[in-house]
Amino acid sequence: MRLEPKPAPTLAVTLLFPLAAVVATLLLVSLLVLAAGASPLSVFYLVARGAAGSQFALLETLTRATPLIFTGLAVAVAFRAKLWNIGAEAQLYIGGVVTVVLGTGALPLPSVILIPVLMAAAMAAGALLLLGPAVLKTRFGVDEVVTTLLLNFIVLLFVSMLLEGVLKDPMGLGWPQSQKVVAEAQLPRLIQGKRLHLGFVIAIIAAIVVWIITKKTKLGYEMRAVGHNPEGARFVGIPVNLVLMKTALLSGGLAALAGFSEVSGLKGNLTLDLSAGYGYTGIVVAMLAMLNPLGVIASAIFVAGIFVGADAMSRAAKVPSYIADVMVATSLLTMVVAILLTRYRIRWR
Amino acid sequence: MSDTPVLRLSGISKRFGPLRANDDISFDLKRGEVIALLGENGAGKTTLMNILFGHYVADAGTVEAFGEPLPPGDPRAALDAGIGMVHQHFTLADNMTVQENIALGTQSLWRARLDRTLARQRIAQLSADFGLAVDPAATVSTLSVGERQRVEILKALYRDAGILILDEPTAVLTPAETDALFRTLKLLVAKGLSIIFISHKLHEVMAVSDRVLVLRAGRLAGERETASTDRKELAALMVGQEVKPAEVSPATVGAPLLELEGVSTAPYNGAALDDVSLTLRAGEITGLAGVSGNGQAALAALIAGTQRATGGRISVAGREVAGWSPRVALDHGVARIPEDRHAVGTIGDMSVTENVIAERYGSPRFSRMGFLDWKAARRFAEKIIADYDVKCPSPEARIRLLSGGNMQKLILGRALDPEPAVILASQPTRGLDVGAVAYVHRMLLAARERGAAVLLISEDLEEILALSDRIIVMSKGRLSTPSARGERSIRELGELMAGHSGERSDAA
Repeated sequence: MRLEPKPAPTLAVTLLFPLAAVVATLLLVSLLVLAAGASPLSVFYLVARGAAGSQFALLETLTRATPLIFTGLAVAVAFRAKLWNIGAEAQLYIGGVVTVVLGTGALPLPSVILIPVLMAAAMAAGALLLLGPAVLKTRFGVDEVVTTLLLNFIVLLFVSMLLEGVLKDPMGLGWPQSQKVVAEAQLPRLIQGKRLHLGFVIAIIAAIVVWIITKKTKLGYEMRAVGHNPEGARFVGIPVNLVLMKTALLSGGLAALAGFSEVSGLKGNLTLDLSAGYGYTGIVVAMLAMLNPLGVIASAIFVAGIFVGADAMSRAAKVPSYIADVMVATSLLTMVVAILLTRYRIRWR
Repeated sequence: MSDTPVLRLSGISKRFGPLRANDDISFDLKRGEVIALLGENGAGKTTLMNILFGHYVADAGTVEAFGEPLPPGDPRAALDAGIGMVHQHFTLADNMTVQENIALGTQSLWRARLDRTLARQRIAQLSADFGLAVDPAATVSTLSVGERQRVEILKALYRDAGILILDEPTAVLTPAETDALFRTLKLLVAKGLSIIFISHKLHEVMAVSDRVLVLRAGRLAGERETASTDRKELAALMVGQEVKPAEVSPATVGAPLLELEGVSTAPYNGAALDDVSLTLRAGEITGLAGVSGNGQAALAALIAGTQRATGGRISVAGREVAGWSPRVALDHGVARIPEDRHAVGTIGDMSVTENVIAERYGSPRFSRMGFLDWKAARRFAEKIIADYDVKCPSPEARIRLLSGGNMQKLILGRALDPEPAVILASQPTRGLDVGAVAYVHRMLLAARERGAAVLLISEDLEEILALSDRIIVMSKGRLSTPSARGERSIRELGELMAGHSGERSDAA
């Protein structure tokens, strides 16, 4: 068996292969569902219904997709430039910390000013957090996979320390949680009485802005060039290290927005379970989207839908909701294979 | 029976999208024969060999080895049938020893000790028989390019290859290594091996082959007995028209445009610069000759801006420039044609358009307020494609898909279109076919005519002699005194290249 390169795929092929990947995923997961003693068709139906079968389900899916769009964008931006940011989780939490520190009454400002200020501050913090690994990489050649991954644990323990110490809510009955942000710092709900909040709209705007940056701007061009061939990029005069720094700032900032949006839009305060692994799932989201910023919106909604739908399904069908993790992981694998097949043709003999 | 061909290709065709890479190609290879496969870059030589070796599957046609048909698309079958291939880019595991590389995939994991002893003996025997001297215990990463090639040949012989395919084997070799390779080939043929020698260098083809097959645009353009043809006829078959050597008018030398004064660098690709001074003047081509690895790469990288000087000064048009870098070099009108088109000169997975604007994407012509003007970029790419006669499907095509010659034309277009004052051309014709070489030479001469200062770094002495108004020899990181066109004989230059000091002999 061997691989032969194919010419650039047509748009139809580009869209068809991810679809085939989803079908393959469902077939593979069916085996597990059968093993759990349930009917695959009814389970998939229940997952789909739980994800999008009602207004409530759909809004819940979009709410869950919001942080994933931010972290997915953060990963997509970084991976384009071959800056392997595995630390979106840490950047998310730092964004949450800044939101709580500045949003619990420290800044007596009206909403229209306070919310942009909080966003900017959260982004700055996340950006600075990733700048460290980026500097270590460009200056000393330290592998950013290691540094960003380990920072996740450092930051999580740091947040834990804060929540047991200075940020601990005195009225919180001893729970490790912060005070709630003030009303002016809260993102409005999109529909009265529902959980979906303005963060979703901000995430969509962020995706469009990132798409414009990658397609239309000098920075996007530089990031792609550096990602494809750093030596070639350096030769033609692209400031490779500077581009990696800018990429790190953008990526870290986007991930931190996930933390801001979860605190200001949904939870109201900071706890140690602010993120359900959104930083890591962002990697899956970005890969499923083939690092395309607009594709991140779709893949984040898809992944969120599986998690939300699986929760509903497990209550009805007695199949553990862990099936959602299996589905997401399997879809990543089938997607990687699909991407390979759009670029190469397999010859069996 | 002895004139049964060892290899027979019948009606091989292969298309890549709209491109006909091979179109109904048939030929036979006899026992003990050397066939040269001659053709320009993109003529389909490598595709044909990849089909023969099972890397690609032909759309039509069959391959027979020793009378048996080869199943298509199976390198294993080709290997088992006794076909060995030495690729242009070597396929060795750098971190393993020579012996491990040669034996890789041939012996079972069991009884390793016994097999190793046997393997060592066989490799020693093959080395001695065919003049392929290489230490079996050496790690491949420590070997020179010539030695690595010998390992590749040994690898094929170790598997009892009866047919050896060599894809552009001399592209990476020094003249001495090339001679050694040719001696080895003669020994192999004497033992009954058959060889397919792929090249676009006419003098090598004339020296080494019994029969020449000329490919042009995927078709077999001609077949000649080597003894009854000459270079001129082959060149004409290859490009389809007569090739005229570049005509050189006397130089009108102007002011110094780029000056290096006492520059030194850290080692780069094996050699460092040591207190080098060099002046490039308007309207003059300075040829820098030398054996590979004597500091040419360091000098090229320094002028290109990718390597920093540890001492000395760089001046452009009489003014010292601090903080030399690729960007600064470009801004001062220094154009660069890099030695390695693939790794440095282009970004393979980006489009022709994106590559063509790479040195100037930040200029007002292509960007406004941080946004790129893709329409202007595309227009520019179309202009370069037209002006420099680049064959490519579209400006959106990934540059990786272009042949070497077309890639080089794009790099030339990118570098020369802004009419640079200084041109650094580092091995600009390496690996190119006759037509493309002549084209590059014409472009460099045209730049000289309009008053550019050109530094031509080349290991091809013929090229240096043909183009240079002034020749400097580089040896061990230092430069000889310059000599005017025709002033030093090839022999004198050769001595300088071998490291005999030019200064002393001139002073005497």
